[in-house]
Amino acid sequence: MLNDLFADYTLRTVALGSALLGIVSGVIGAFAVLRRQSLLGDAMSHAALPGIVLAFVVTGSREPVALMIGAAFACWIGAMFVAAIVRTTRLKSDSALGLILATFFGAGLVLLTWVQQWPTAAQAGLDRYLFGQAATLLERDVITMAAIGLPALLILALFWKECAILAFDPDFATSIGLPVRLLDVLLTSLLAVAIIIGLQTVGAVLMSAMLVAPAAAARQWTDRLGVMVALSGIFGAAAGVIGALLSSTATRLPTGPLIIVCISALAFVSLLLAPRRGVVWAWLRNGRLSVMR
Amino acid sequence: MTNEQPAIQVTDLTVAYRDKPVLWDIDLTVPGGVLMGIIGPNGAGKTTLIKTILGLIRPAAGQVLIYGKPYAEQRRLVAYVPQRSSVDWDFPASVLDVVMMGRYGALGWFRRPGKRERELAFEALARVGMQEFAHRQISQLSGGQQQRVFLARALVQDAQVYFMDEPFQGVDATTERAIVGLLQDLRAAGKTVVVVHHDLQTVAEYFDWVALLNVRLVASGPVAEAFTESALRATYGGRIAFLEGRCSGAGAGEPRAGIVVSS
Ligand SMILES: Nc1ncnc2c1ncn2[C@@H]1O[C@H](COP(=O)(O)OP(=O)(O)O)[C@@H](O)[C@H]1O
Ligand SMILES: [Mg+2]
Repeated sequence: MLNDLFADYTLRTVALGSALLGIVSGVIGAFAVLRRQSLLGDAMSHAALPGIVLAFVVTGSREPVALMIGAAFACWIGAMFVAAIVRTTRLKSDSALGLILATFFGAGLVLLTWVQQWPTAAQAGLDRYLFGQAATLLERDVITMAAIGLPALLILALFWKECAILAFDPDFATSIGLPVRLLDVLLTSLLAVAIIIGLQTVGAVLMSAMLVAPAAAARQWTDRLGVMVALSGIFGAAAGVIGALLSSTATRLPTGPLIIVCISALAFVSLLLAPRRGVVWAWLRNGRLSVMR
Repeated sequence: MTNEQPAIQVTDLTVAYRDKPVLWDIDLTVPGGVLMGIIGPNGAGKTTLIKTILGLIRPAAGQVLIYGKPYAEQRRLVAYVPQRSSVDWDFPASVLDVVMMGRYGALGWFRRPGKRERELAFEALARVGMQEFAHRQISQLSGGQQQRVFLARALVQDAQVYFMDEPFQGVDATTERAIVGLLQDLRAAGKTVVVVHHDLQTVAEYFDWVALLNVRLVASGPVAEAFTESALRATYGGRIAFLEGRCSGAGAGEPRAGIVVSS
């Protein structure tokens, strides 16, 4: 299998793309999880769908860059709507998120169905953005992913301590004069970047798992922020590569869902088995205590 | 900073959440170098007052000055201890990490905390009796220890004016005494300390200045003048009982042992 990785050009491209997607979504998703914004990631990933279809309608091409820009816009507008709803109505943020997710995704499905009935052939394959289709990744797609993903990671590194304090104690962050609104916009934009990087491979429906699961797994193994974020990126990348390899051996299975299965399994195992924080350990500890009593 | 300029000056301050007024037309002047308690029932707007002074909440009307200038210009003079329950203590950070956050304002953009920040953090931890806990994960602390960590974070800010929201809430008696000692040290060093406080019994013992708040500012001033039975009645309404009436002439200290607030 590893030989394939080096020999098979397509597989190498897919694995590299999946690894990139895993790192970026793992690292940026970790901040979303720590800020209790997992649902925002979910709503934004679903909100990307109408952006993709509209970008196609406007440009008439399936060029991934154009679709990514459309997706980013839609993610962004979705996030802004959520913020506006929470600010101006009595709805709580979970309701606002659910509402935006359903509205945007519903609109996206309607648009998608409409476009697919066009007599032309250009629209064929747009539906791959629902569940992803890693096999369609080309080298230049991977280059595009790297070109927006790596700067996103760099920006996060530059504003590391500000983002950390924003995640831990936003009131205190405001009191020492940090532009909390701007930092919030920054982190939301980075989240949008992570999402659009994942759309082609994993798809709008499952993307939120790529944001949440690596971080949930990583949190189990460490109590240090830097280690957690790094581990989250590593877990994401590992799931990406393993998913790509599995899909290449068991031919009929799609890469995106396999990646999600891998990262979910990793999260599940971590939640159960991680020392100290794992469920099994807590259970053993309690068991031992009651024996001692 | 023991000049005549007040440490905090609040003028005509009104704050509303949506259309519900929470603070109404507050005028409050706090001289420098006092240890002030903000007293009032639950939901009186104590937290809101502090947050508005710190610019976390935008008022509907009114103005706040710290040593004569708006808060935005005086940030370096101010330290803030939020309510302990306002953050997630399961956040992946050590005690030292949290305390060093107090230096982030002075550090500025792009610079990582280094040796000097660590030294300052260790000093502050020593002052709150927590230096052995520097590398402890914050989720493993007791309530009292969490509160000390927050206090240490404010100490490394090296401020002139300290705002603390319910620092005694849910802490053990030892910690409470240690914190009170620390607050009194700060005042002795000429700092101004503003503390949201719940326990009426200890007001006279802990503070030399007091503000009684319930949406409106009922009274403020030296404890001996402002912390009176009538002001307390006005603040707490019918929910307060004075078990043994306040002996007149007995000064501000003792007789409040019998104040009971039912909620
Ligand atoms: N974010 C908020 N949105 C709406 N109402 C709020 C909010 N925060 C506080 N309140 C309301 O404002 C009032 C004052 O709250 P607060 O300042 O926390 O009081 P205290 O600290 O004295 O207990 C309460 O009635 C509370 O319900
Ligand atoms: Mg409060």
